[in-house]
Amino acid sequence: MPFDAANLLPILPEIVVAITASLVLMVDLYLKDKRKGVNHALAVIGLLVAIGFTGAVGGGAQELFFDGNVVRDAMSDLLKGAVLVISIFAFVYAQPWLKDRGLMVGEYYALGLFAVLGMLVMIDANSFLTLYLGLELLALCFYALVAFDRDSPTGSEAAMKYFVLGALGSGMLLYGISMIYGATGSIEFGVVAQAIAEQGTKDKVLIFGIAFLVIGIGFKFGAVPFHMWVPDVYEGAPTPVALFLSSAPKIAAFALAVRLLVDAMGGLQADWQGMLAILAVLSMGLGNLVAIAQTNIKRMMAYSAISHVGFIFLGLLAGSSQGYSAAMFYAIVYALTTAGAFGIMIILSRKGFDVEHLEDLRGLNDRDSWYAAMMAIMMFSAAGVPPTVGFMAKLLVLEAVVRVDMVWLALVAVFFSIIGAYYYLRVVKLMYFDRPTTDAPILTSGGVRAVMSVNGLTILFLGLFPAALLSLCQGAFA
Amino acid sequence: MESVFPLLTLVIWLPIFGGMVVLASGDRDTNLSKWIALGIAVLTFLVSLGLWIGFDSATADMQFVERGAWIPTFNVWYFLGVDGISMPLIVLTTFITIFVMVAGWDVITYRPSQYMAAFLIMEGLMVGVFSALDAILFYVFWEAMLIPMFIIIGVWGGPNRVYATIKFFLYTFFGSVFMLVALIYMYFQADSFSILDFHELELGMSAQVLIFIAFLLAFAVKVPMFPVHTWLPDAHVEAPTGGSVILAAIMLKIGGYGFLRFSLPITPDASASLDWLIIALSLIAVVYIGFVALVQQDMKKLIAYSSIAHMGFVTLGFFILFALLRHSGESTGAVMGIEGGMVQMISHGFISAALFLCVGVLYDRMHSRQIADYGGVINTMPWFGGFMVFFAMSNAGLPGTSGFVGEFMVILAAFRADFWFAFLAATTLVLAAAFTLWMVKRVVYGEVKNEKVAALADLNRREVFNLGALAAVVLLFGLWPAPLVDVMHKSVEHLVAQVSVCKLPAAQAADCLLARPAPVAFLAP
Repeated sequence: MPFDAANLLPILPEIVVAITASLVLMVDLYLKDKRKGVNHALAVIGLLVAIGFTGAVGGGAQELFFDGNVVRDAMSDLLKGAVLVISIFAFVYAQPWLKDRGLMVGEYYALGLFAVLGMLVMIDANSFLTLYLGLELLALCFYALVAFDRDSPTGSEAAMKYFVLGALGSGMLLYGISMIYGATGSIEFGVVAQAIAEQGTKDKVLIFGIAFLVIGIGFKFGAVPFHMWVPDVYEGAPTPVALFLSSAPKIAAFALAVRLLVDAMGGLQADWQGMLAILAVLSMGLGNLVAIAQTNIKRMMAYSAISHVGFIFLGLLAGSSQGYSAAMFYAIVYALTTAGAFGIMIILSRKGFDVEHLEDLRGLNDRDSWYAAMMAIMMFSAAGVPPTVGFMAKLLVLEAVVRVDMVWLALVAVFFSIIGAYYYLRVVKLMYFDRPTTDAPILTSGGVRAVMSVNGLTILFLGLFPAALLSLCQGAFA
Repeated sequence: MESVFPLLTLVIWLPIFGGMVVLASGDRDTNLSKWIALGIAVLTFLVSLGLWIGFDSATADMQFVERGAWIPTFNVWYFLGVDGISMPLIVLTTFITIFVMVAGWDVITYRPSQYMAAFLIMEGLMVGVFSALDAILFYVFWEAMLIPMFIIIGVWGGPNRVYATIKFFLYTFFGSVFMLVALIYMYFQADSFSILDFHELELGMSAQVLIFIAFLLAFAVKVPMFPVHTWLPDAHVEAPTGGSVILAAIMLKIGGYGFLRFSLPITPDASASLDWLIIALSLIAVVYIGFVALVQQDMKKLIAYSSIAHMGFVTLGFFILFALLRHSGESTGAVMGIEGGMVQMISHGFISAALFLCVGVLYDRMHSRQIADYGGVINTMPWFGGFMVFFAMSNAGLPGTSGFVGEFMVILAAFRADFWFAFLAATTLVLAAAFTLWMVKRVVYGEVKNEKVAALADLNRREVFNLGALAAVVLLFGLWPAPLVDVMHKSVEHLVAQVSVCKLPAAQAADCLLARPAPVAFLAP
């Protein structure tokens, strides 16, 4: 088949990110230590250009490229935009931290950008191969990033755990993929879906395959009982990496789940629905309960992430377009919220001191009331209290679940979110009700403060006016 | 009736944006931020008076209606409106907030701008709760209210404030999330989030019972009813004076309002079949909590328990109507019960606010709320003593004060339903007199207890203004309750008419406890 250059047009954002990453690798060689900030600027500019291209090539009906291996549709436009925006947040928050610790090297940006590329490829995937390619690119970059502070033993340990369990997860996924390929004879999602529709859903191999796929997805999301790596990795990873890891990849993981379960295996919805329901309930339960016992704020955020994954699964398992769009809304909102929360932790860290424990947030309102207000918004949003967008996200998911007559799941979900509210409130309590134990000044650049303000106020704004983002999410599954 | 001028929007958002301005003004010049805050509170009150003046009490329709698209894809609207039930509560809210501002004037020294701003934002959210006619909008205001209150108690509260405020938050959060599920469920039945559409919705018995329970969880915690009342004494004791005032005067009323706006009209059949539960809980609140109040050592705790007992009266008044309908089949008694409950809510708003302000006056001087630390206060603070005795009397339901009107109406309505209901309810007249007057006796009268009391200074101008204005209102509505009752009369009649019709689908018609088609004939006892 002759190659058509028009294929390259819709993947311009990916191309831009790949070029930027390579550029950073090369430019870095010629930069003196003092001028490493150029890497940062390059990365942010590259991502901004990629956002521009995403908007430029986006819109319109679904299109397939590269012999059906790559797809561009409304969902990929929105998710790519969200991943890129949140990646910019991640880079901007990370910069002062890296600078203070002498880690401001080109590799960080190159690895980060390649990870972003991996996410974009996952979002674009229309075949098992493309999907797996993106996933592994993302995962490999993150294994290295977690161990990025090479003198930190906890970081290396976390990277090791992440690598072993991540490889296990990938293996499961691959095993499932191989079965499905065996049963349907194709790796392209559209053809797989068609084959399932034709030969029916009785095939045992298919059911086995889908079980392994769900396990793989569970690993990548960090859903109970495949969550063991999450708290250790969050705790051990450098805070900027934990920020990155906890935000944008969740959006990519959502794309992974939708591409696999909905695009390819939509015909087997009855089978994966029950599996996801179990994972969702376990995740919400264990995540929320164990988070209460944490004194390390990064571990707390890890368990909080696990519980939010439960909510995303709830939306997915509703199996309706409302459910998918609600889960998508939830994933984006969650990434935005968690990026902000980790951002505050980075801001409060300084040379030789990292925010590790909840206690470190004590009296933040007295130290800097604006950052305290932003963190309070993040916490209330994570707890799902209006008028923050976290409430809207939960509302949409509950709505989708009740719509398909699974009221009991909605009741379980709200019950666990009450439990969840407690540990988010504890953070607010520490910031507002306690007096600071340190009077170290909070030194941040105006840029970081501006980005944090945008991040926090967006969460408030979307809570008050969710209609625009919501209609975008619904448009993706119309 | 669509409103030309967005008056309700103004009453909601003026204090919220005003609060942001106060927040931004910061603590560099505390006087400036306090004056801005007070100015906004007064302005909001004046604007809200426009609601009362422009209100047409000849109709039960929603007035000052505003409707704009909010989340069109989910049929969620920015839908506001008031009737005779919610309008007085809105004016109460804006009125009381002024006193909160004044009461905190010199007392709050830690970040006064944040304190004032929190109360202003709180005010806007509470008005939003009372005026929202879209269920999601209502829920957003309802839950958002928790955030400022959580912070108010936690930052400016007493020594055990963290425990109290987290308990407060989790209790109310627990109550409300199940309501959210119920609201979503009804959305699919009605294909709309409009509360007015929910009122028309036909629901089967089991669905009604579940929805009723979900609402009950939300509102019973807020009211609070026995046995979910335990957060209130903690929250009250630890909250700063202003926080206690807002909690007692307005936030508790939101629970009562919820019963009238949601439980009764949406699930009349479930209410009719479960009214024994509410009546029993209300009577327990009146009698048992009355006794509990008697033994309190802490003045704020005593007033908190007294609030629970008084709110028991309110819920009794609201739910007595089914017993009345079964008993006599006439609706005037039912209207009287609900109106009595409403008047009691408004009046309790004034009286409890005043009593908490009184305790605040003492606490600011002596930093103690223990009854045992006081005695003979009237010797050093004659003005204060006079006010305290007056408000204590009105709390006990002295005729001539607003406290009497509501209690009298509810007892009268209860009498028509069942002698024993009325008998138990009337014990409050004895118990309330006992616990408030005994407290007054120990605190205000007698010999000067110690040199601290001997050194007390009488009320300053600020405090005289606060207590004097509230005393005037308590007297006004006590002697002349007609305007208040007139305003709500049509709406309450409409509510009773709504509630006395069976809403079960035709297939379950046999289960109807209420009249089937029109509110003409009621079931015989």
